Amino acid sequence: MGKENELIKFTKKGIYCPQGKFYLDPWFPVDYAIISHGHADHARWGMKRYLCQHDSKAILQHRIGADIKIESLGYEDPITINGVKVSFHPAGHVIGSAQIRLEYKGYVVVFTGDYKTQPDFISTPYEPVKCHTFITESTFGLPIYNWKSEKELQNDLQNWVKTNQANNRTSVFLGYSLGKAQRLMSLLDGCDEIYVHRAIKNLNEAIEGSGIDLPETKLWSADLDKKTLQNKIIIAPPALLGSRMLKRVPNAATAICSGWMQIRGNRRWQAVDAGFAVSDHADWNGLIAAVKATEAEQVYVTHGSQAIFSKYLNEIGIKADELKTEYGDEQMAQAEKETEKAETE
Amino acid sequence: MKQFSELISAIEITNKTNAKIDALVNYFETAPDKDKLWLIAIFTGKRPSRPVKTALMKQWCMEITELPEWLFLESYSTVGDLGETIALLLPLPTHQLDLTLSEWMKELKALKPKTDEEKKRFVLEAWSGLQQQERLIFNKLIGGSFRIGVSKKTLVNALAKLTGIDANQLMHSIIGNWDIDSISFEELIKGTHINYDNSKPYPFCLAYALEKELPELGEPKDWIVEQKWDGIRGQIVKRNNEIFIWSRGEELVTQQFPELVEVISNFSDDFVIDGEILAMKDNAVLLFNDLQKRLNRKNVTKKLLEEVPIGFYAYDIMEFNGDDIRETPFAERRKILETIFNSIVLPAQLKLSFIVDFKKWEQLHAIRDNSRAINSEGLMLKQKASPYHTGRKKGDWWKWKVDPLTIDAVMIYAQKGSGRRSSKYTDYTFAVKKDDALVTVAKAYSGLTDKEITEISRWINKNAIEKFGPVRTVKPELVFEIAFEGIALSNRHKSGVALRFPRISRWRKDKPVEEIDTIENVKQLITAP
Repeated sequence: MGKENELIKFTKKGIYCPQGKFYLDPWFPVDYAIISHGHADHARWGMKRYLCQHDSKAILQHRIGADIKIESLGYEDPITINGVKVSFHPAGHVIGSAQIRLEYKGYVVVFTGDYKTQPDFISTPYEPVKCHTFITESTFGLPIYNWKSEKELQNDLQNWVKTNQANNRTSVFLGYSLGKAQRLMSLLDGCDEIYVHRAIKNLNEAIEGSGIDLPETKLWSADLDKKTLQNKIIIAPPALLGSRMLKRVPNAATAICSGWMQIRGNRRWQAVDAGFAVSDHADWNGLIAAVKATEAEQVYVTHGSQAIFSKYLNEIGIKADELKTEYGDEQMAQAEKETEKAETE
Repeated sequence: MKQFSELISAIEITNKTNAKIDALVNYFETAPDKDKLWLIAIFTGKRPSRPVKTALMKQWCMEITELPEWLFLESYSTVGDLGETIALLLPLPTHQLDLTLSEWMKELKALKPKTDEEKKRFVLEAWSGLQQQERLIFNKLIGGSFRIGVSKKTLVNALAKLTGIDANQLMHSIIGNWDIDSISFEELIKGTHINYDNSKPYPFCLAYALEKELPELGEPKDWIVEQKWDGIRGQIVKRNNEIFIWSRGEELVTQQFPELVEVISNFSDDFVIDGEILAMKDNAVLLFNDLQKRLNRKNVTKKLLEEVPIGFYAYDIMEFNGDDIRETPFAERRKILETIFNSIVLPAQLKLSFIVDFKKWEQLHAIRDNSRAINSEGLMLKQKASPYHTGRKKGDWWKWKVDPLTIDAVMIYAQKGSGRRSSKYTDYTFAVKKDDALVTVAKAYSGLTDKEITEISRWINKNAIEKFGPVRTVKPELVFEIAFEGIALSNRHKSGVALRFPRISRWRKDKPVEEIDTIENVKQLITAP
C-alpha cells in the first residue's frame, strides 16, 4: 500500500502521481497532464503541459488548441518522469487511446482511461498489462452487455443500409465524432459512398495529418443536392438528431450507434429507425477478462457501474473498490456535445 | 419464428402507426396461414395460459449463467423486462432451431401439463437454439405481454389495408368467437363466423371544446344541457338478440362489461344508443380511477364485479328498431330514448342522462362549478335541432369542461419508467410544505416532453441523494405545477389528502423551492360536496 501511495493519489483535480508530479486525465487545470485519449471528459482544456500517445496528439491539438504545449510517445516506449517510468499501451477504445502504465520501485499501476477488449478494424487492439494496481472503467459493467463481433456488426450495419436502399431510403448513422464515427466508417467501408458531417471531416483530417489512413469519405454539406445524397450513407454526431440539416436528408432512415442500444427500451426511447449496439467500451466479459489478465492485487473501479462491478469482483475474490471520478457517459455526453458544437460552428 | 421476430423488431423500433401497419401488412402477405392466425390471437389476448412460471425461468437463467441473484436483479432493474433480461444474459446459442410461430405455440400449449423437469429441458433447449431477439420473443410467448404498441385497432387497420374489408367488421371478426384449429385466415377475416349486420356501429358524433361566450350560442331554449360524465364513451348495439358494446376507440369491449349486457337484454326493442360507460355504485358515479380497474381485463372476476360495478348513462339514440334516425333532431331522438327507457323498470345500473334545468345562460356557471362534486367533468351543450353528426363537427355540440385545479410542488423521489422509458426517470413523487418539512402529495408521470424528461433524468443522475431499489431520493429543488381534477380528504395518505388524476402541467423552472404551496393551501381547495 505504501508504494501505491507514492504512485497514485485520488484528489479533487483528478488522479495524481505524487512522485512523478503529474496527473492522469485531470478534470481541472494542472501543470502536467498525461492523457489517455482525446474524448472531452478525459482530455480537458487548460493544462500547462500535455503528454499523450502519438496518434492522439493531432486530435488534442485540433480539439483543445493548436498552441497547447504537448508531447507524445508511441505505444510501449517508456520515458522516466521524476523517477517514475511512464508508458502507453493500446486500449482499443478510439484511435490513439492508451492505457497509462506507471512504475516506481518495482510497483506498477495501470490506468485504463476507456478501453475495449474486442478488436475492431481501426484502432490498435487492446493489450492486457500486468500490474499491482489496476484502475478500470466500468461503463458497461453489467452482464447484460456483451457485444457482437466486429464481423457480425459489419453484417448488421451493411444489411441495414442495403434494406434502406431497396426502400429508397438514405441511411443516417449517429455516433460521436471522435471514435464512433471512424469506427462506423471502417464498418461501412466499401458499402456505398459515405458522407460525413463537418465536425467529423475536420477530425478525420487531423487524424490523417498524423499519418493514419482512414476510409474515403465526402463532406456532407447543407448545399449538397438532395439527389446526390439519396440512398447514400451519412455519418453525423448525435447532437444532429432532430436538427434541420438532418430533416433535409431525403427519406432518411436514422440509426443510433451506442452500447446503450443493447436494451430495447433505449432503442425505442429515441424515436429513430434503428439502434445498433456498437460500443467503444469493454463489455462485461471483456471487463472481467481484462481485470483477471492484469493479475492486480487491488482494483479501482471508475465511471459507470462502479458499485456493481466492484461488488462482483470482491465476490469472485478480487479486491476492488469504487473510485469516484469526473469521467463517464453523462460527463462525456455533455462535454462531447459542447466540443462537437464548437467543431460544427 | 425468424419472420415473426423481424416483425416485432420492425414494429417496436418505430413510433409511427403507419410504419407499424406496413410491417404488419408485409407479415400478413408473406407468413404461413397458421402463423397469421396466431399473430391475431396473440395481439387480441386469445392466447394459451402461461405454461412456465417466471420464477422458474429466472432460476434456470441464474443456473446457466452462474450469476448471483443480486446481479441478476440489478440487470433486471436496468432492462426493465424479465424476458429481455434473460435473453441478454444467456450465453450465445449453440445451434439454430427453426420453428414457425405456430409450431412454437403448439409446443408451448403442450408444455402446460408437464413436470417442471420436462419444462426445464424444453426451455433450455429452446434458449440454446435461438438468437437473442428470438429468445426474447420466445420468453414473451411463454407469458409476458408484448407491449410494443400494437392495439387491436392497429391490427385491424393493417388487416383492412391488406383486404379492403371494413375495419369495424374486422374488429368484430377478430374479437368474435373463433377457434384457431377450426378456422382459416381467409374465413376469419371474411367473418364467416360472425354476422356483422348485427354488430355494425355508427361513427361517434364528437364535440369541440366551447370557444365562445354562452350568450353567443343563441337562445337557451334551443339547447339541451347535460353533464359530461368522465368514463368511456360507448355505443351499445342491440339487434336480433345480439348485444355489442363498442368503445370510442372503435374496439369491441362487450366481454369486459357482462353486467351491461345483462341489463340491456331486458329491452324488447332493437336499438343503437350512445352513452358513457362508468363505474357506478349506490347510484353515484365513481372516479375514473375506479373504472380503470375494469378495463382491458381478460377475465372479469366476481370480486371485481362487486367492487367496481359498471353502469351506463345514455346520451342519444342513432337507430331504433332497424331505422337509422340520425337525421332526426336531437330533441326528438331524446324523446324516443325516453320512451324506450320508460318501457321497462330501469335497473340501477342503467340511467338516462339527466337534463340540466336552466332558463338563463348565467345559471350554468354555478352548475358547471359544481360538476366536480358529482364526479362529472363539466357540461355538454347540444342544439335541440342537431342531427347525430358523423365525427367532429363545429357548432351543434359543445363540451364545457371544468378547469383543473393546480398546485406548485417539489420533486422528492424519482423512478425509472418501464418499456420504452426504462432508461429515463419518468415517475416522480411530489411534495408540498408542512411546517418546516415536506410532505408527499402526489405521484405523477405524464405531461412532460421527451426532451424535458431527458433533461430531468440527467439532473437526477447528478442530484440523487439516496437509493432505495429503483427509487432515487433527490434534492428538493425542481418545482412543478401539478394539475388535478379533484381533491378529497383521505386518511390513507400521509398528507391527509388524495388528488384525482394528478399530472404535471408544467415545469416551473422560474420558481424556487421556497415558493411551493403548503399543505394548508392545498386543503383549502377542498370544497364540501
